[in-house]
Amino acid sequence: MAAMPGFSRRTFIFGSAAVAGGVAFGSYGRAQEASSSAAAANPLAAGLGPESAAFNPWVEISPEKIILIAQHADIGQGMGSIQPMMIAEELDLEPGQFEVRFAAPSPAYYNTGFAHELAPFMAPDQSPEAEKARAAALEWLRKAGLQMTGGSSAIPDTYEKLRRAGAMARETLKATAAKRNGVAVADLRTEAGHVILPDGTKISYGALAADAAKMPPVTEVKLRDPSQWRLLGKPMQRLDTRPKVTGELQFGIDRKMDGMVYAAVKLNPNKGQPIKSYDASKAQAMPGVQKIVKVSNGVAVIATNSWYAMKAAEQIDCEWEPSKYPAEQADHWKVVSASFTPEFLGKQWRNDGNVEAGLKEGKLVEAEYRAPYVAHQPLEPLSGLGIVTDHGMEIWLGHQTPQSVQDIAAAAIGMKPEQVIFHNEWSGGSFGHRLEFENVRVLAEIANQMRGTPVKLVFSREQDFLQDIPRQIAMGRYKGSIKDGKIVAADFQVAATAPFKGLLERMGTHPKDPDSQLAVGIWNMYYDIPNYHAASYEVQGLSPSTTWRSVGASANGFFTESFIDELIHAAGRDPLQARIELCKIPIYRKLLETVGEMADWKGPLGNGKGRGVAFVEAFGTGVAEIVEVTMTDQGIRIDKVWVAADVGKVVDPVNFENQVQGGVVWGLGHAMNCELTYAKGGVQQTNYNHHEAMRMYQCPVIAVRGLENDYTARGIGEPPVPPAAPALANAIFAATGKRIREMPFNKFIDFV
Amino acid sequence: MYELTVNGTKHRVDVVPEMPLLWVLRDELGLTSTKYGCGIAQCGVCTVQIDGAAVRSCQARIADVAGKSVTTIEAVGGGKLHPVQEAWIEHQVAQCGYCQIGQMMQAISLLDVNPNPSDEDINRVMSGNLCRCGTYERIRAAIHTAAAKMGGA
Repeated sequence: MAAMPGFSRRTFIFGSAAVAGGVAFGSYGRAQEASSSAAAANPLAAGLGPESAAFNPWVEISPEKIILIAQHADIGQGMGSIQPMMIAEELDLEPGQFEVRFAAPSPAYYNTGFAHELAPFMAPDQSPEAEKARAAALEWLRKAGLQMTGGSSAIPDTYEKLRRAGAMARETLKATAAKRNGVAVADLRTEAGHVILPDGTKISYGALAADAAKMPPVTEVKLRDPSQWRLLGKPMQRLDTRPKVTGELQFGIDRKMDGMVYAAVKLNPNKGQPIKSYDASKAQAMPGVQKIVKVSNGVAVIATNSWYAMKAAEQIDCEWEPSKYPAEQADHWKVVSASFTPEFLGKQWRNDGNVEAGLKEGKLVEAEYRAPYVAHQPLEPLSGLGIVTDHGMEIWLGHQTPQSVQDIAAAAIGMKPEQVIFHNEWSGGSFGHRLEFENVRVLAEIANQMRGTPVKLVFSREQDFLQDIPRQIAMGRYKGSIKDGKIVAADFQVAATAPFKGLLERMGTHPKDPDSQLAVGIWNMYYDIPNYHAASYEVQGLSPSTTWRSVGASANGFFTESFIDELIHAAGRDPLQARIELCKIPIYRKLLETVGEMADWKGPLGNGKGRGVAFVEAFGTGVAEIVEVTMTDQGIRIDKVWVAADVGKVVDPVNFENQVQGGVVWGLGHAMNCELTYAKGGVQQTNYNHHEAMRMYQCPVIAVRGLENDYTARGIGEPPVPPAAPALANAIFAATGKRIREMPFNKFIDFV
Repeated sequence: MYELTVNGTKHRVDVVPEMPLLWVLRDELGLTSTKYGCGIAQCGVCTVQIDGAAVRSCQARIADVAGKSVTTIEAVGGGKLHPVQEAWIEHQVAQCGYCQIGQMMQAISLLDVNPNPSDEDINRVMSGNLCRCGTYERIRAAIHTAAAKMGGA
């Protein structure tokens, strides 16, 4: 990767161009080159009190307390707990002996976990070339300094790094105690926040901090073997469980400040377009209303209570600039359908054998699939607290890309990014929503017109739906041929709006590479099909789209695994057995075998029951799922789901199971009944009654098994999502003989 | 001016009669453990008890709550954790946790009426509470555990 693209301050791009043939993370830019200053190397150093030590960007110890830094945002996936626990494992701290603080924006917290996605080699590839490309990507990421939570990368990023941070702090503390007491480091041990001298005397880490700060940090450390772990890899209590149960935990929306006012907004439902004019005379006279201010794409009401503000905002008559994309949904589909042309080709991702010739052999199978726009809608609506003064802005909200919050807020108010102080908050879910900036930009614009006054912005659920930048709209055109019970050839083509490129553009870069997310599920397709072609087409001129839990794979996984099922059926084979035989990667084959064992798969069930299987690898994590359904008088009932996932190492087993179950619920629920449709330029679904997903009565039993055969630690936040929809569709086919090729499925079949 | 009792403490608030209890709690009294989710009784995250009954606080007008006694999650255990809260910790139900306050308020109300609910009973009563993280299986398990703790099972 000699030709890693160069970068200039605030506008660099990295991409796949340097390495030929394969997928890359895509291009993305991060605002600034990582500085080599001391502050950039360790952002904790600047704010350090007397007698305190910051051993590295993740550990701060003073005589009063120990603070462990969580660089990844907690959006419900548990990183607010797992990150400090990884440090505590090596630092010999017990839960309760430390506080957790979310990291400030800093290149010191660059995400190493993107290296695998960035390098254009498939996840199982351990060849020297692949590892070399990953190493080059890592070096590039270090220079880029991008701090971001996403792409199921938090565990891959932190698994070694944070244990190392803990070990470095521990060894430095031991070296300090050794020097102070005139004993050998080798004779010291650590336990529960103390260094223990040979005579059994315990010295607390806090008592060593002042001296430790003057010591050269010990950087050569050996990580403990997992067999020695006290905390990790065993069922452990998430640190945030108790405060979330008592109600003490404050989410971003709960943050208060003296003198704070409340703001609600009415924004242009034609996404990305400004407001032309408005009449707020009715709103102005409503109770609690203090002020009405214009923002670039709408109006905000300032009031003494967020309910007063929301009610008044509803009463403002606005004239909107119309959308640049088609106003009506049917026209969106027409555009997608017309995009399978060379003009819109993103990339030809695979071209194995001779597909044209292969398709002429045997029996041809063809199918078209659709995946609609879908909303994120975490239960905590978009919100935030901000205050702007003549010197800068301070902003509190939950976000996955801290540096971009600074960039977006600063740009909105004509300041510099370094003038924006960002405090990350616990988030009430995200699913990709908190990678976007609708609340950030609007809050900055409002607070800038209320200088000196803290402003709490809360989007009404309706405004949140209307401004939600959705999952990509996608269509798959799939062909395959069957001869002598075997798949001879296959051609998988997907046309979709580009979700990741869209996000990057809104972050301020303009990537030229194809959107690698549209390759997931068609490029990394591991079945042995001798003649295979895969290509993505990037649809232009439709709704902005963004990353929605599992991103490209959420649509492509459904298309590919549904069509593989159709081919296997046409070949007269068993859906599970055929997949096991076709799968070329041993650890993935093992997942299919495992899920089959878990479900005791023995072929068709009969009696209105059916099972479907699917396997997708996304973000490096292979996941196999089996769904069992029954056709009842009231419709399809989902009875049970079995999941086998390989993450290399299960760090937090209870949370792992919870994440997998949640991913399955997410995948099934949205496949069943969710879509966003445009009319007059805005989405028609504005609350949960229009976009319900799964409720408890529909939730099956979900059995989970984590395997550890993969060679490196992988994430689990997103990978359980993609196989859920195709496994359900395949189960419905097995139970009813009906193939459903479009989400949401409730357009074609009833669910209990 | 309306008077209401929240967790045993009397409060007076000067708001319009239509203001839902949710925003009285959150923005007038600063009691933010009760969450805003949808505003139209579709998600259940704002569930509190009014005179002992589970109610969606986004739908309860302050004029109708005046003089009544409101209980939020802080007070359900009477100074210690309620068995439902203990069960939620034991099963590590929460992911993001934003909906869980409302889930527990609803579960407490369910167990008041039905000390030993079946899965079907749980599904029926709890299906008005959305969880976008998908913790439904753990919620069901935690309710069974809480029922056992409370002597119902």
